[in-house]
Amino acid sequence: MEGYTASELMSIVAMQGFAGISLFSVLLLMALGLAIIFGQMGVINMAHGEFMTIGAYTTFLLSSMAGEFGLVDYYFPVAIIVSFLVAFGVGYLTEWALIRHLYARPLDTLLATWGLSLMLQQIFRTVFGAREVSPAMPGWLQGSWQPTDAIDIPINGLFVLGLTVLLTTAVLYYLYKSRSGVKMRATTQNRMMAGAVGINTKRVDRFTFALGCGIAGVAGAAFTTIASTGPTTGSLYIVDTFMVVVFGGAASLFGTIASAFAIAEAQSIMEFFMSGSMAKVLTLLFVVGVLMIRPEGLFSVKVRK
Amino acid sequence: MSSDTDFLLAIEDLTVSFDGFKAVDGLNFYLDEDELHVIIGPNGAGKTTVLDMICGKTPATSGSIKFRNQELTKLSEHKIVHAGVGRKFQNPSIYENLSVLENLEISFPRGHGVFGALMFKRDEQVVRRVEEIAEEINLKDELHTQAGLLSHGQKQWLEIGMLLIQDPQLLMLDEPVAGMSVKERQDTAHLLRRICKGRAVLVIEHDMEFVKSIAHKVTVLHQGKILAAGDMDHVQSDPRVIEVYLGH
Amino acid sequence: MNFFMQRMMGGKEGAVAFVIIAAVILVLFPLFLDIFRLNLVGKYLTYAFVAVGLVMCWGYGGILSLGQGVFFGLGGYAMAMFLKLEASSPEATAIQSTPGIPDFMDWNQITALPWFWEPFNSLPLTIIAVLVVPTIFAFFIGVAMFKRRVGGVYFAIITQAIALILTVLIVGQQGYTGGINGITDLRTLLGWDIRDDSAKYILYFVNAILLLGVIMIGRFVITSKLGRLLVAMRDREDRVRFSGYDVSAFKIFVFCLAAMFSAIGGAMFTLQVGFMSPSFVGIVPSIEMVIFAAVGGRMSLIGAVYGTLLVSFGKTYFSEVAPELWLFMMGALFIAVVMAFPNGLAGIYQKHRSKVIALGRRLCARVPFCPTYRVGAPRPSES
Repeated sequence: MEGYTASELMSIVAMQGFAGISLFSVLLLMALGLAIIFGQMGVINMAHGEFMTIGAYTTFLLSSMAGEFGLVDYYFPVAIIVSFLVAFGVGYLTEWALIRHLYARPLDTLLATWGLSLMLQQIFRTVFGAREVSPAMPGWLQGSWQPTDAIDIPINGLFVLGLTVLLTTAVLYYLYKSRSGVKMRATTQNRMMAGAVGINTKRVDRFTFALGCGIAGVAGAAFTTIASTGPTTGSLYIVDTFMVVVFGGAASLFGTIASAFAIAEAQSIMEFFMSGSMAKVLTLLFVVGVLMIRPEGLFSVKVRK
Repeated sequence: MSSDTDFLLAIEDLTVSFDGFKAVDGLNFYLDEDELHVIIGPNGAGKTTVLDMICGKTPATSGSIKFRNQELTKLSEHKIVHAGVGRKFQNPSIYENLSVLENLEISFPRGHGVFGALMFKRDEQVVRRVEEIAEEINLKDELHTQAGLLSHGQKQWLEIGMLLIQDPQLLMLDEPVAGMSVKERQDTAHLLRRICKGRAVLVIEHDMEFVKSIAHKVTVLHQGKILAAGDMDHVQSDPRVIEVYLGH
Repeated sequence: MNFFMQRMMGGKEGAVAFVIIAAVILVLFPLFLDIFRLNLVGKYLTYAFVAVGLVMCWGYGGILSLGQGVFFGLGGYAMAMFLKLEASSPEATAIQSTPGIPDFMDWNQITALPWFWEPFNSLPLTIIAVLVVPTIFAFFIGVAMFKRRVGGVYFAIITQAIALILTVLIVGQQGYTGGINGITDLRTLLGWDIRDDSAKYILYFVNAILLLGVIMIGRFVITSKLGRLLVAMRDREDRVRFSGYDVSAFKIFVFCLAAMFSAIGGAMFTLQVGFMSPSFVGIVPSIEMVIFAAVGGRMSLIGAVYGTLLVSFGKTYFSEVAPELWLFMMGALFIAVVMAFPNGLAGIYQKHRSKVIALGRRLCARVPFCPTYRVGAPRPSES
């Protein structure tokens, strides 16, 4: 790190730190859905990345339609909601067709959802082509904010961060404060008992899975503002997302937030000092190393077995 | 560390806490050879936890468990088994896809290492021992039956047999007669009386009639502590025990 | 000796299945396929090493590794490094700014052979590296994970992450590894040209015989008490532990064995195909190899070979005819095999076993030398 003055280093940390915030947002948005599906239900959804891609393509389609009517500045909030609904719907169907038959066989769920992810990728390729696409960006998402001369923070990054905070709060509120969130947690913690007190556990399962997928759809909509989307975009993030959830401690949503932050920041700040691939290798190695020493992840819930 | 004792099993100041909740709290407990000891107590008293700690499934927070003057709290589970401790679980835990013979054979104390297991052969000695145990647990005619097809009571016996074949010095049984018919209970009582010769047997049981028919000594656990100990009559007339079982 | 033979063959029915697969690989394919296609089959059979390993650790042990490509790749790269050094003699690379080192190093301004390439100047050391490096790597992963009782989906996810790490590392460090293109342009093994047809024939047979050997070793393991213990552990881990077994030791053993099998496959891949690249190391190939084992039947060693061949043939055929369809079919295959045929081809065979055997007997009766074999008591644990 020689050759940098203290203030230069500060600026680097600030800007790379902010670049990390964008990655943090994407990882957390994807991980939120997965934390519900994997952390709460214990289902391995290898197609989770494709649900994000569904959201991204939905946003792209809406932006094309908005473009024709000259509504580019206004479509985005609608796109977020529609992305959620589309991904939610596909998730609902997936649970009905696949997942519900495999609750007792987690490893088989993994293989089946991997198959689903391949099929979805091929559908994306056939429909949208192999080239990456980007929706038209509303004017208010462009440009950047410059608190000092050396620091330059893009607006879209701030927007995604805001969206992430909002969605995280909503998910936390839903899980811990709402009635249906309580039903969901009751079902995942003690299925028999939940059934016995009159909760329709099958419906809760389906809704929970679909909800996780819907959140991934929102992640996809947010993703379009910072990068372009291709058929395999989702699969690029799937392993990282799983690492985020496992690293944080599968049952802990706060752990997921903390670990998304740690992983994203570690990677972005290191990226400035070495190649991106080495930064990724070191970050993942660190995470795997920690998991080998502490398999339950950073934050875990102790229970008497 | 406590000094050596003449007891087969000596538990001293044993405590385990889960996030501050003490499931077992400063327990002192001693067991002699040839003793058939029953632990009773209401749900959540810490009975199963005590067995879990003796066999190494749950690590102790503090205290010591000495078995033939060997400290168990630091040993891994399979080493505790090798030291001579056998454990039956609450729900019959057998290999349902294998035959009775194969179930017993897997428990035969030979070929415990990787290489040993690769080269293990079903020789005369193994077959003889398996038949002997099968006779003991009334499953002689079922040797080639798939274990999953046995009745619930037979599964319980099979699991006891799987422990007996290891010839443990301490045998721990978690609710061995749960789900058994009256006839099966009687047979089990006979079986336990036979097998406690030359070893100690530690049983957790709820069925008071059954406890009365087998126990040499009874210990009542309540909220992780010993409430009363002694023979059945003594324990049954203890006002605190009556309070715990009948009071609120 | 009899003890070993019996165990490796797994009864008469097992012996017949073994003879059939040996005949298919050693006689049928060489007789009816031209050298181009045979070489292709040889390539597929190298994946079967991985699938056989997966049957043992996933089907029997319940340990699903999504990182078997790592071991395949380590074996393959070790062999490729040796062949590359042989192809990079100072005379052959005289036009480089640093002659005597692999071309991709020269392109990346590396001026001396890195230390970890040095052992690959020697064939014996290379063969040891093929067998030992992946096994030791698997051992460390196994100790770290199984001693702490990490299993199931966590193990799957972590092995997948390891596959990703290794791929990113290989691609990123192109000066040392050849990067995304891998190690290419391999020509000779101790002066023997591996690219001409006779060499391809010989390598095919070496590979086939190694694979049959690996199957026999696998049979020996799963018909032993260790094999029964693996199944027992998969279903009732605590009971095995409290019967006095160190459960982690058995898991580590079978994981290491599967890794070594995969590495042999990888090394044979490099020899037959003539290059090695990161596309055989990462997440996608690793999980494809799981589907090979699943299609064949996760509890059947020989099924794994058929599964590998079938899926690979399918992949090649459809990639030529309708490339856009293939990924879709592959995806559907994953779902179908899990939902409808959890025991794969071997499961379908088991279902119609009596009919197949009756047919086999009738065919056999017309051949004068064929012993009419009697099928012994069915063993659900081996097919």
